[in-house]
Amino acid sequence: MKPRYSIFSIARNAMNYHKDWERAWRSPNPKAEYDAVIIGAGGHGLATAYYLAKNHGMTNIAVIEKGWLGGGNTGRNTTIIRSNYLQDASIAIYELARSLYEGLSQELNYNMMFSPRGLMMLCQTEHELRAMKRTSHANRLAGLDCRMISPSEVKEIAPIINTDAECRYPILGAYYQPRGGTGRHDAVAWGYARGADAMGVDIIQQCEVTGILRDGGKVIGLQTSKGEIKTKKIGVVTAGHVSTIMDMAGVRMPIESMCLQALVSEPIKPVLDCVVMANTVHGYMSQSDKGELVIGGGTDPYNNYSQRGSFTALEHTVTALVETFPIISRLRMLRQWGGIVDMTGDRSPILSKTDVEGLYVNCGWGTGGFKAIPGSGLVFADTMANDRPHPIAAPFSLNRFKEGRLIDESVAAAVAH
Amino acid sequence: MITVNCPVCGAEGDETDFHYGGQAHVRRPATTDAANVTDEEQRDYLFIRHNPKGLHFERWRCDRGCGKWFHAARDTVSLDFKAYYGITELPPDEIIAQAKGPWADYFKERMKAKK
Repeated sequence: MKPRYSIFSIARNAMNYHKDWERAWRSPNPKAEYDAVIIGAGGHGLATAYYLAKNHGMTNIAVIEKGWLGGGNTGRNTTIIRSNYLQDASIAIYELARSLYEGLSQELNYNMMFSPRGLMMLCQTEHELRAMKRTSHANRLAGLDCRMISPSEVKEIAPIINTDAECRYPILGAYYQPRGGTGRHDAVAWGYARGADAMGVDIIQQCEVTGILRDGGKVIGLQTSKGEIKTKKIGVVTAGHVSTIMDMAGVRMPIESMCLQALVSEPIKPVLDCVVMANTVHGYMSQSDKGELVIGGGTDPYNNYSQRGSFTALEHTVTALVETFPIISRLRMLRQWGGIVDMTGDRSPILSKTDVEGLYVNCGWGTGGFKAIPGSGLVFADTMANDRPHPIAAPFSLNRFKEGRLIDESVAAAVAH
Repeated sequence: MITVNCPVCGAEGDETDFHYGGQAHVRRPATTDAANVTDEEQRDYLFIRHNPKGLHFERWRCDRGCGKWFHAARDTVSLDFKAYYGITELPPDEIIAQAKGPWADYFKERMKAKK
Protein backbone atom coordinates (compact mmCIF):
# COMPACT_ATOMS: atom_id res chain seq x y z
CA MET A 1 0.00 0.00 0.00
CA LYS A 2 1.33 3.37 -0.97
CA PRO A 3 1.51 6.13 1.66
CA ARG A 4 -1.26 8.67 1.16
CA TYR A 5 -0.49 12.20 0.10
CA SER A 6 -1.61 14.68 2.74
CA ILE A 7 -0.55 17.88 4.44
CA PHE A 8 1.26 15.70 7.01
CA SER A 9 3.24 13.88 4.32
CA ILE A 10 4.29 17.25 2.89
CA ALA A 11 5.38 18.44 6.32
CA ARG A 12 7.22 15.17 7.01
CA ASN A 13 9.05 15.29 3.68
CA ALA A 14 9.89 18.96 4.15
CA MET A 15 11.95 17.86 7.20
CA ASN A 16 14.09 15.73 4.86
CA TYR A 17 14.42 18.43 2.22
CA HIS A 18 12.00 16.44 0.01
CA LYS A 19 14.62 13.77 -0.68
CA ASP A 20 12.53 10.80 0.45
CA TRP A 21 9.37 11.00 -1.67
CA GLU A 22 8.43 7.52 -2.87
CA ARG A 23 8.06 6.96 -6.60
CA ALA A 24 4.45 7.44 -7.74
CA TRP A 25 4.55 4.26 -9.84
CA ARG A 26 6.92 1.39 -10.60
CA SER A 27 8.76 0.84 -13.90
CA PRO A 28 8.38 -2.93 -14.30
CA ASN A 29 9.57 -5.15 -17.11
CA PRO A 30 6.74 -6.84 -18.99
CA LYS A 31 5.63 -10.28 -17.79
CA ALA A 32 5.20 -13.10 -20.30
CA GLU A 33 1.42 -13.03 -20.00
CA TYR A 34 -1.37 -10.73 -18.81
CA ASP A 35 -5.15 -11.09 -18.51
CA ALA A 36 -5.50 -7.88 -20.52
CA VAL A 37 -3.21 -5.31 -22.11
CA ILE A 38 -4.07 -1.68 -22.77
CA ILE A 39 -2.08 -0.03 -25.56
CA GLY A 40 -1.53 3.66 -24.83
CA ALA A 41 -0.82 5.21 -21.42
CA GLY A 42 -2.71 8.44 -21.93
CA GLY A 43 -5.59 9.52 -19.73
CA HIS A 44 -8.11 7.20 -21.37
CA GLY A 45 -5.82 4.16 -21.28
CA LEU A 46 -4.74 4.70 -17.67
CA ALA A 47 -8.33 5.34 -16.56
CA THR A 48 -9.38 2.12 -18.30
CA ALA A 49 -6.66 0.19 -16.45
CA TYR A 50 -7.62 1.82 -13.14
CA TYR A 51 -11.30 0.88 -13.45
CA LEU A 52 -10.47 -2.62 -14.74
CA ALA A 53 -8.52 -3.18 -11.52
CA LYS A 54 -10.87 -1.33 -9.18
CA ASN A 55 -14.33 -2.26 -10.48
CA HIS A 56 -13.63 -5.61 -12.10
CA GLY A 57 -10.81 -7.06 -10.02
CA MET A 58 -8.52 -7.42 -13.05
CA THR A 59 -5.12 -6.59 -11.57
CA ASN A 60 -2.95 -8.85 -13.74
CA ILE A 61 -2.99 -6.32 -16.56
CA ALA A 62 -0.52 -3.99 -18.24
CA VAL A 63 -0.57 -0.61 -19.90
CA ILE A 64 1.97 -0.32 -22.72
CA GLU A 65 3.23 3.04 -23.87
CA LYS A 66 5.57 3.89 -26.76
CA GLY A 67 6.75 7.15 -25.21
CA TRP A 68 6.11 8.36 -21.69
CA LEU A 69 2.77 8.28 -19.88
CA GLY A 70 0.56 11.28 -20.45
CA GLY A 71 2.93 12.57 -23.16
CA GLY A 72 0.41 12.58 -25.99
CA ASN A 73 -2.85 14.46 -26.19
CA THR A 74 -3.42 14.15 -22.43
CA GLY A 75 -0.54 16.58 -21.94
CA ARG A 76 -1.35 18.71 -24.98
CA ASN A 77 -4.96 19.83 -24.57
CA THR A 78 -6.48 23.01 -23.18
CA THR A 79 -7.88 21.18 -20.08
CA ILE A 80 -11.50 22.19 -20.64
CA ILE A 81 -14.16 20.06 -18.93
CA ARG A 82 -17.79 20.35 -20.04
CA SER A 83 -20.66 18.14 -21.09
CA ASN A 84 -22.91 20.36 -23.20
CA TYR A 85 -23.26 18.19 -26.28
CA LEU A 86 -26.43 17.96 -28.32
CA GLN A 87 -27.20 14.25 -28.63
CA ASP A 88 -28.45 12.17 -25.68
CA ALA A 89 -25.73 9.52 -26.11
CA SER A 90 -23.02 12.19 -25.97
CA ILE A 91 -24.56 13.95 -22.98
CA ALA A 92 -24.67 10.63 -21.10
CA ILE A 93 -20.96 9.87 -21.45
CA TYR A 94 -19.60 13.41 -21.15
CA GLU A 95 -21.79 14.18 -18.11
CA LEU A 96 -20.74 10.91 -16.48
CA ALA A 97 -17.13 12.04 -16.96
CA ARG A 98 -17.75 15.57 -15.71
CA SER A 99 -19.51 14.32 -12.59
CA LEU A 100 -16.69 11.82 -11.90
CA TYR A 101 -14.17 14.69 -12.11
CA GLU A 102 -15.93 16.29 -9.13
CA GLY A 103 -14.81 13.54 -6.75
CA LEU A 104 -11.69 12.36 -8.53
CA SER A 105 -9.07 14.19 -6.43
CA GLN A 106 -10.46 12.57 -3.28
CA GLU A 107 -10.86 9.15 -4.87
CA LEU A 108 -7.33 9.03 -6.29
CA ASN A 109 -5.70 11.00 -3.46
CA TYR A 110 -4.16 13.14 -6.17
CA ASN A 111 -4.99 16.78 -6.74
CA MET A 112 -6.65 17.12 -10.17
CA MET A 113 -7.18 20.82 -9.53
CA PHE A 114 -10.66 20.41 -10.97
CA SER A 115 -11.99 23.93 -11.15
CA PRO A 116 -15.70 24.18 -12.04
CA ARG A 117 -15.31 27.86 -12.77
CA GLY A 118 -18.09 27.97 -15.34
CA LEU A 119 -17.96 27.83 -19.09
CA MET A 120 -19.63 30.02 -21.65
CA MET A 121 -20.10 29.59 -25.35
CA LEU A 122 -20.57 32.93 -27.05
CA CYS A 123 -23.28 33.37 -29.65
CA GLN A 124 -22.02 35.79 -32.27
CA THR A 125 -24.53 35.29 -35.07
CA GLU A 126 -28.31 34.80 -35.09
CA HIS A 127 -27.80 31.23 -36.27
CA GLU A 128 -25.40 30.44 -33.50
CA LEU A 129 -27.80 31.93 -30.93
CA ARG A 130 -30.58 29.70 -32.23
CA ALA A 131 -28.36 26.62 -32.31
CA MET A 132 -27.14 27.21 -28.77
CA LYS A 133 -30.71 27.71 -27.54
CA ARG A 134 -31.53 24.34 -29.07
CA THR A 135 -28.52 22.79 -27.33
CA SER A 136 -29.47 24.35 -24.00
CA HIS A 137 -33.02 22.99 -24.30
CA ALA A 138 -31.66 19.53 -25.15
CA ASN A 139 -29.23 19.75 -22.23
CA ARG A 140 -31.91 20.83 -19.75
CA LEU A 141 -34.16 17.99 -20.89
CA ALA A 142 -31.26 15.66 -20.14
CA GLY A 143 -30.93 17.17 -16.67
CA LEU A 144 -27.79 19.29 -17.18
CA ASP A 145 -27.33 22.46 -15.19
CA CYS A 146 -27.14 25.16 -17.87
CA ARG A 147 -28.84 28.30 -19.11
CA MET A 148 -28.72 30.98 -21.78
CA ILE A 149 -27.38 34.34 -20.62
CA SER A 150 -27.70 37.85 -22.05
CA PRO A 151 -24.86 40.07 -23.33
CA SER A 152 -24.94 42.09 -20.10
CA GLU A 153 -24.51 38.89 -18.05
CA VAL A 154 -21.64 37.89 -20.35
CA LYS A 155 -19.98 41.22 -19.60
CA GLU A 156 -20.57 40.74 -15.87
CA ILE A 157 -18.96 37.30 -15.83
CA ALA A 158 -16.09 38.18 -18.18
CA PRO A 159 -15.55 41.96 -18.28
CA ILE A 160 -12.68 41.72 -20.78
CA ILE A 161 -14.99 40.52 -23.57
CA ASN A 162 -15.71 43.08 -26.24
CA THR A 163 -19.51 43.51 -26.22
CA ASP A 164 -19.56 46.39 -28.71
CA ALA A 165 -22.77 45.88 -30.72
CA GLU A 166 -21.14 47.38 -33.81
CA CYS A 167 -18.30 44.90 -34.24
CA ARG A 168 -18.16 42.27 -36.99
CA TYR A 169 -19.38 39.48 -34.70
CA PRO A 170 -21.30 41.12 -31.84
CA ILE A 171 -22.09 39.15 -28.67
CA LEU A 172 -25.80 38.30 -28.85
CA GLY A 173 -25.80 36.10 -25.77
CA ALA A 174 -24.13 32.96 -24.54
CA TYR A 175 -24.74 29.43 -23.43
CA TYR A 176 -23.54 29.02 -19.83
CA GLN A 177 -22.66 25.78 -18.04
CA PRO A 178 -21.75 26.83 -14.49
CA ARG A 179 -20.36 23.38 -13.57
CA GLY A 180 -17.98 23.28 -16.53
CA GLY A 181 -14.40 24.40 -16.07
CA THR A 182 -10.85 23.16 -16.23
CA GLY A 183 -8.59 20.58 -14.60
CA ARG A 184 -4.91 19.82 -14.36
CA HIS A 185 -4.37 17.58 -17.38
CA ASP A 186 -1.07 15.96 -16.34
CA ALA A 187 -2.43 15.22 -12.87
CA VAL A 188 -5.28 13.23 -14.38
CA ALA A 189 -2.80 10.90 -16.11
CA TRP A 190 -0.50 10.78 -13.09
CA GLY A 191 -3.34 10.21 -10.60
CA TYR A 192 -4.82 7.32 -12.58
CA ALA A 193 -1.33 5.88 -13.15
CA ARG A 194 -0.55 5.98 -9.44
CA GLY A 195 -3.95 4.53 -8.55
CA ALA A 196 -3.66 1.71 -11.09
CA ASP A 197 -0.07 0.93 -10.12
CA ALA A 198 -1.04 0.68 -6.45
CA MET A 199 -3.49 -2.10 -7.37
CA GLY A 200 -0.77 -4.02 -9.22
CA VAL A 201 -1.21 -2.81 -12.81
CA ASP A 202 2.10 -2.80 -14.72
CA ILE A 203 2.68 0.46 -16.58
CA ILE A 204 5.38 -0.19 -19.14
CA GLN A 205 6.78 2.92 -20.79
CA GLN A 206 9.24 3.17 -23.70
CA CYS A 207 7.72 0.01 -25.11
CA GLU A 208 6.45 0.18 -28.68
CA VAL A 209 3.89 -2.26 -30.03
CA THR A 210 5.14 -3.67 -33.34
CA GLY A 211 2.52 -6.32 -34.02
CA ILE A 212 -0.73 -7.82 -32.83
CA LEU A 213 -0.79 -11.61 -32.82
CA ARG A 214 -3.96 -13.31 -33.99
CA ASP A 215 -5.06 -16.89 -34.06
CA GLY A 216 -7.80 -16.83 -36.66
CA GLY A 217 -10.54 -14.57 -35.39
CA LYS A 218 -9.12 -13.82 -31.95
CA VAL A 219 -6.13 -12.07 -30.42
CA ILE A 220 -3.51 -14.13 -28.59
CA GLY A 221 -0.88 -11.52 -27.81
CA LEU A 222 1.30 -8.76 -29.10
CA GLN A 223 4.84 -8.11 -30.21
CA THR A 224 6.63 -5.19 -28.62
CA SER A 225 10.07 -3.64 -28.57
CA LYS A 226 10.47 -5.38 -25.18
CA GLY A 227 9.48 -8.82 -26.42
CA GLU A 228 6.36 -10.85 -26.97
CA ILE A 229 3.46 -10.61 -24.51
CA LYS A 230 0.63 -13.14 -24.38
CA THR A 231 -2.88 -11.90 -23.67
CA LYS A 232 -6.45 -12.67 -24.67
CA LYS A 233 -7.75 -9.10 -24.35
CA ILE A 234 -6.27 -6.00 -25.93
CA GLY A 235 -7.68 -2.50 -25.54
CA VAL A 236 -6.36 -0.07 -28.14
CA VAL A 237 -6.45 3.47 -26.75
CA THR A 238 -3.94 5.30 -28.92
CA ALA A 239 -5.86 8.36 -30.19
CA GLY A 240 -4.10 9.78 -33.26
CA HIS A 241 -2.12 6.58 -33.76
CA VAL A 242 -5.13 4.26 -33.57
CA SER A 243 -5.12 3.48 -37.30
CA THR A 244 -1.48 2.38 -37.26
CA ILE A 245 -2.16 -0.06 -34.39
CA MET A 246 -5.44 -1.35 -35.82
CA ASP A 247 -3.75 -1.91 -39.21
CA MET A 248 -1.53 -4.43 -37.37
CA ALA A 249 -4.66 -6.36 -36.40
CA GLY A 250 -6.17 -6.02 -39.86
CA VAL A 251 -9.08 -3.84 -38.74
CA ARG A 252 -9.78 -0.79 -40.88
CA MET A 253 -10.87 2.35 -39.02
CA PRO A 254 -13.12 5.32 -39.88
CA ILE A 255 -10.47 7.71 -38.56
CA GLU A 256 -8.30 10.48 -39.95
CA SER A 257 -5.44 11.91 -37.89
CA MET A 258 -4.99 15.65 -37.83
CA CYS A 259 -2.96 18.18 -35.91
CA LEU A 260 -4.65 20.40 -33.33
CA GLN A 261 -2.65 23.22 -31.78
CA ALA A 262 -2.82 25.12 -28.56
CA LEU A 263 -0.75 27.95 -27.12
CA VAL A 264 -0.25 29.84 -23.89
CA SER A 265 0.60 33.48 -23.27
CA GLU A 266 3.02 34.94 -20.79
CA PRO A 267 1.50 34.94 -17.28
CA ILE A 268 -0.55 37.98 -16.33
CA LYS A 269 -2.72 38.98 -13.39
CA PRO A 270 -6.17 37.35 -13.16
CA VAL A 271 -8.40 38.70 -15.93
CA LEU A 272 -10.70 35.80 -16.74
CA ASP A 273 -12.25 33.41 -14.23
CA CYS A 274 -14.32 31.26 -16.57
CA VAL A 275 -13.77 29.38 -19.81
CA VAL A 276 -14.88 31.29 -22.91
CA MET A 277 -15.46 29.58 -26.24
CA ALA A 278 -16.11 31.65 -29.34
CA ASN A 279 -17.05 29.11 -31.97
CA THR A 280 -18.03 31.40 -34.83
CA VAL A 281 -14.67 33.13 -34.88
CA HIS A 282 -13.02 29.85 -33.86
CA GLY A 283 -11.08 30.26 -30.67
CA TYR A 284 -11.37 29.51 -26.98
CA MET A 285 -9.56 30.76 -23.95
CA SER A 286 -9.20 30.31 -20.21
CA GLN A 287 -6.66 31.48 -17.65
CA SER A 288 -4.51 29.00 -15.80
CA ASP A 289 -3.69 29.29 -12.11
CA LYS A 290 -0.23 30.47 -13.14
CA GLY A 291 -1.83 33.36 -15.01
CA GLU A 292 -1.14 32.17 -18.54
CA LEU A 293 -3.97 32.50 -21.00
CA VAL A 294 -4.55 29.02 -22.47
CA ILE A 295 -5.72 29.30 -26.06
CA GLY A 296 -7.00 26.77 -28.55
CA GLY A 297 -8.52 26.84 -32.01
CA GLY A 298 -9.16 24.59 -34.97
CA THR A 299 -7.24 21.76 -36.58
CA ASP A 300 -5.00 22.01 -39.58
CA PRO A 301 -7.10 20.72 -42.47
CA TYR A 302 -4.91 17.86 -43.73
CA ASN A 303 -3.80 14.45 -42.41
CA ASN A 304 -0.84 15.00 -40.16
CA TYR A 305 1.28 12.98 -37.74
CA SER A 306 3.92 15.64 -37.16
CA GLN A 307 2.77 17.07 -33.76
CA ARG A 308 3.55 20.54 -35.05
CA GLY A 309 0.85 22.68 -36.55
CA SER A 310 0.92 25.38 -39.17
CA PHE A 311 1.28 29.07 -38.53
CA THR A 312 -1.87 29.87 -40.49
CA ALA A 313 -4.06 27.97 -38.01
CA LEU A 314 -2.43 29.85 -35.11
CA GLU A 315 -2.87 33.18 -36.82
CA HIS A 316 -6.53 32.41 -37.46
CA THR A 317 -7.13 31.57 -33.78
CA VAL A 318 -5.26 34.56 -32.41
CA THR A 319 -6.93 36.98 -34.82
CA ALA A 320 -10.34 35.75 -33.66
CA LEU A 321 -9.48 36.11 -30.00
CA VAL A 322 -8.02 39.60 -30.33
CA GLU A 323 -11.33 40.63 -31.86
CA THR A 324 -13.22 39.13 -28.91
CA PHE A 325 -10.74 40.15 -26.17
CA PRO A 326 -9.08 43.40 -27.35
CA ILE A 327 -6.91 43.66 -24.21
CA ILE A 328 -4.83 40.65 -25.23
CA SER A 329 -3.62 42.25 -28.46
CA ARG A 330 -0.13 43.05 -27.12
CA LEU A 331 0.30 39.89 -25.11
CA ARG A 332 3.29 37.77 -26.02
CA MET A 333 2.83 34.05 -26.52
CA LEU A 334 5.06 31.83 -24.43
CA ARG A 335 4.84 28.50 -26.21
CA GLN A 336 2.82 26.55 -28.74
CA TRP A 337 2.43 22.85 -29.43
CA GLY A 338 0.42 20.36 -31.48
CA GLY A 339 -1.25 17.06 -30.78
CA ILE A 340 -2.44 14.42 -33.23
CA VAL A 341 -6.19 14.03 -32.89
CA ASP A 342 -8.28 11.15 -34.25
CA MET A 343 -11.25 12.49 -36.18
CA THR A 344 -14.32 10.39 -36.99
CA GLY A 345 -16.90 11.23 -39.64
CA ASP A 346 -19.59 12.17 -37.11
CA ARG A 347 -17.12 13.73 -34.64
CA SER A 348 -18.20 11.28 -31.93
CA PRO A 349 -15.90 8.75 -30.26
CA ILE A 350 -15.67 5.00 -30.78
CA LEU A 351 -15.89 2.73 -27.71
CA SER A 352 -16.34 -0.68 -29.17
CA LYS A 353 -15.73 -4.35 -29.54
CA THR A 354 -14.37 -5.32 -32.94
CA ASP A 355 -14.86 -8.24 -35.31
CA VAL A 356 -11.68 -9.72 -33.81
CA GLU A 357 -12.41 -11.55 -30.56
CA GLY A 358 -10.65 -9.95 -27.59
CA LEU A 359 -9.78 -6.76 -29.46
CA TYR A 360 -11.43 -3.58 -28.15
CA VAL A 361 -10.96 -0.03 -29.28
CA ASN A 362 -11.45 3.33 -27.57
CA CYS A 363 -10.68 6.23 -29.91
CA GLY A 364 -12.15 8.97 -32.05
CA TRP A 365 -12.29 11.56 -29.27
CA GLY A 366 -10.89 14.00 -31.80
CA THR A 367 -10.52 17.52 -30.51
CA GLY A 368 -12.26 16.94 -27.16
CA GLY A 369 -11.08 13.85 -25.32
CA PHE A 370 -9.64 15.26 -22.11
CA LYS A 371 -13.01 16.11 -20.59
CA ALA A 372 -14.22 12.54 -21.12
CA ILE A 373 -11.36 10.61 -19.51
CA PRO A 374 -13.05 9.31 -16.32
CA GLY A 375 -16.31 8.35 -18.04
CA SER A 376 -14.54 6.81 -21.02
CA GLY A 377 -12.27 4.74 -18.77
CA LEU A 378 -15.18 3.55 -16.63
CA VAL A 379 -17.43 2.34 -19.47
CA PHE A 380 -14.56 0.99 -21.59
CA ALA A 381 -13.24 -1.06 -18.66
CA ASP A 382 -16.74 -2.45 -18.14
CA THR A 383 -16.98 -3.25 -21.87
CA MET A 384 -13.63 -5.08 -21.84
CA ALA A 385 -14.22 -6.96 -18.59
CA ASN A 386 -17.66 -8.25 -19.54
CA ASP A 387 -17.07 -8.58 -23.29
CA ARG A 388 -20.25 -6.64 -24.09
CA PRO A 389 -20.82 -2.91 -24.53
CA HIS A 390 -21.62 -0.92 -21.39
CA PRO A 391 -25.04 0.72 -21.94
CA ILE A 392 -23.43 4.17 -22.17
CA ALA A 393 -20.77 2.88 -24.59
CA ALA A 394 -23.22 0.94 -26.76
CA PRO A 395 -24.24 3.82 -29.09
CA PHE A 396 -20.54 4.49 -29.79
CA SER A 397 -19.89 1.12 -31.47
CA LEU A 398 -17.93 0.73 -34.69
CA ASN A 399 -21.08 -0.78 -36.23
CA ARG A 400 -22.82 2.58 -36.24
CA PHE A 401 -20.93 3.53 -39.39
CA LYS A 402 -22.34 0.48 -41.16
CA GLU A 403 -25.84 0.84 -39.77
CA GLY A 404 -26.08 4.60 -40.28
CA ARG A 405 -26.77 5.29 -36.60
CA LEU A 406 -24.41 8.25 -36.48
CA ILE A 407 -24.15 10.42 -33.38
CA ASP A 408 -23.85 13.68 -35.20
CA GLU A 409 -21.87 16.20 -33.20
CA SER A 410 -20.20 17.73 -36.24
CA VAL A 411 -23.00 19.77 -37.76
CA ALA A 412 -25.12 20.40 -34.69
CA ALA A 413 -22.35 20.49 -32.14
CA ALA A 414 -21.55 23.07 -29.55
CA VAL A 415 -17.87 22.50 -30.24
CA ALA A 416 -15.42 24.20 -32.55
CA HIS A 417 -13.97 21.95 -35.22
CA MET B 1 2.75 25.79 -43.08
CA ILE B 2 3.20 23.65 -46.14
CA THR B 3 3.95 24.71 -49.69
CA VAL B 4 1.71 23.28 -52.39
CA ASN B 5 2.30 23.34 -56.14
CA CYS B 6 -0.55 22.98 -58.61
CA PRO B 7 0.40 20.55 -61.40
CA VAL B 8 -2.33 21.99 -63.65
CA CYS B 9 -1.56 25.74 -63.71
CA GLY B 10 1.77 25.82 -61.89
CA ALA B 11 0.56 28.05 -59.05
CA GLU B 12 2.50 27.85 -55.79
CA GLY B 13 1.07 28.71 -52.39
CA ASP B 14 0.49 27.58 -48.83
CA GLU B 15 -2.45 25.51 -47.58
CA THR B 16 -4.72 28.56 -47.43
CA ASP B 17 -4.42 28.92 -51.21
CA PHE B 18 -5.53 25.32 -51.72
CA HIS B 19 -8.36 23.15 -50.47
CA TYR B 20 -7.67 19.74 -48.98
CA GLY B 21 -10.00 17.12 -50.44
CA GLY B 22 -9.10 14.13 -48.26
CA GLN B 23 -8.06 10.65 -49.31
CA ALA B 24 -7.56 10.00 -53.01
CA HIS B 25 -8.88 7.09 -55.09
CA VAL B 26 -12.04 6.50 -53.02
CA ARG B 27 -14.52 4.74 -55.27
CA ARG B 28 -18.26 5.18 -54.94
CA PRO B 29 -19.69 1.67 -55.14
CA ALA B 30 -23.08 2.85 -56.44
CA THR B 31 -21.40 4.23 -59.56
CA THR B 32 -20.65 0.76 -60.89
CA ASP B 33 -23.51 -1.31 -59.45
CA ALA B 34 -26.14 0.81 -57.73
CA ALA B 35 -28.58 -2.04 -57.09
CA ASN B 36 -26.15 -4.24 -55.16
CA VAL B 37 -24.27 -1.96 -52.76
CA THR B 38 -23.81 -3.66 -49.40
CA ASP B 39 -23.82 -1.80 -46.07
CA GLU B 40 -20.11 -2.61 -45.71
CA GLU B 41 -19.24 -1.15 -49.11
CA GLN B 42 -21.20 2.02 -48.40
CA ARG B 43 -19.53 2.35 -44.99
CA ASP B 44 -16.10 1.94 -46.53
CA TYR B 45 -16.91 4.56 -49.15
CA LEU B 46 -18.25 7.11 -46.67
CA PHE B 47 -16.14 6.61 -43.56
CA ILE B 48 -13.28 4.11 -43.68
CA ARG B 49 -10.03 5.89 -44.48
CA HIS B 50 -6.42 4.98 -45.02
CA ASN B 51 -4.69 6.93 -42.30
CA PRO B 52 -1.01 6.11 -42.73
CA LYS B 53 1.86 7.52 -40.75
CA GLY B 54 4.05 8.21 -43.76
CA LEU B 55 3.20 8.19 -47.47
CA HIS B 56 -0.40 9.19 -48.18
CA PHE B 57 -2.34 9.86 -51.39
CA GLU B 58 -4.72 12.80 -51.41
CA ARG B 59 -6.88 15.15 -53.43
CA TRP B 60 -6.26 18.90 -53.43
CA ARG B 61 -7.94 21.80 -55.23
CA CYS B 62 -6.17 24.88 -56.55
CA ASP B 63 -8.51 27.38 -54.85
CA ARG B 64 -6.88 30.66 -55.76
CA GLY B 65 -5.38 29.58 -59.06
CA CYS B 66 -7.03 27.53 -61.77
CA GLY B 67 -9.70 25.97 -59.54
CA LYS B 68 -8.87 22.44 -60.72
CA TRP B 69 -8.67 19.32 -58.57
CA PHE B 70 -5.49 17.28 -58.64
CA HIS B 71 -3.84 14.37 -56.82
CA ALA B 72 -0.78 14.47 -54.59
CA ALA B 73 1.41 12.00 -52.73
CA ARG B 74 2.52 13.45 -49.41
CA ASP B 75 4.34 12.24 -46.31
CA THR B 76 2.15 12.81 -43.22
CA VAL B 77 5.16 13.00 -40.89
CA SER B 78 7.59 15.27 -42.79
CA LEU B 79 4.61 16.92 -44.57
CA ASP B 80 6.69 16.95 -47.82
CA PHE B 81 4.95 16.43 -51.14
CA LYS B 82 6.48 13.50 -53.02
CA ALA B 83 4.59 13.81 -56.30
CA TYR B 84 1.70 15.58 -57.99
CA TYR B 85 -0.42 13.85 -60.62
CA GLY B 86 -3.66 14.39 -62.53
CA ILE B 87 -7.08 13.86 -61.00
CA THR B 88 -7.80 10.91 -63.33
CA GLU B 89 -4.35 9.37 -62.98
CA LEU B 90 -2.60 6.90 -60.70
CA PRO B 91 0.65 7.94 -59.00
CA PRO B 92 4.02 7.48 -60.76
CA ASP B 93 5.30 3.87 -60.53
CA GLU B 94 8.27 4.76 -58.31
CA ILE B 95 5.91 6.35 -55.76
CA ILE B 96 3.51 3.39 -55.85
CA ALA B 97 6.50 1.18 -55.06
CA GLN B 98 7.01 3.13 -51.81
CA ALA B 99 3.40 2.67 -50.62
CA LYS B 100 2.91 0.60 -47.48
CA GLY B 101 0.08 -1.14 -45.63
CA PRO B 102 -3.45 -0.56 -46.92
CA TRP B 103 -2.17 1.69 -49.73
CA ALA B 104 0.18 -1.04 -51.03
CA ASP B 105 -2.76 -3.48 -51.01
CA TYR B 106 -4.94 -0.98 -52.80
CA PHE B 107 -2.48 -0.32 -55.64
CA LYS B 108 -1.79 -4.05 -56.04
CA GLU B 109 -5.52 -4.54 -56.52
CA ARG B 110 -5.78 -1.65 -58.98
CA MET B 111 -2.84 -2.91 -61.04
CA LYS B 112 -4.38 -6.38 -61.19
CA ALA B 113 -7.69 -4.91 -62.39
CA LYS B 114 -5.82 -2.88 -65.02
CA LYS B 115 -4.22 -5.99 -66.47
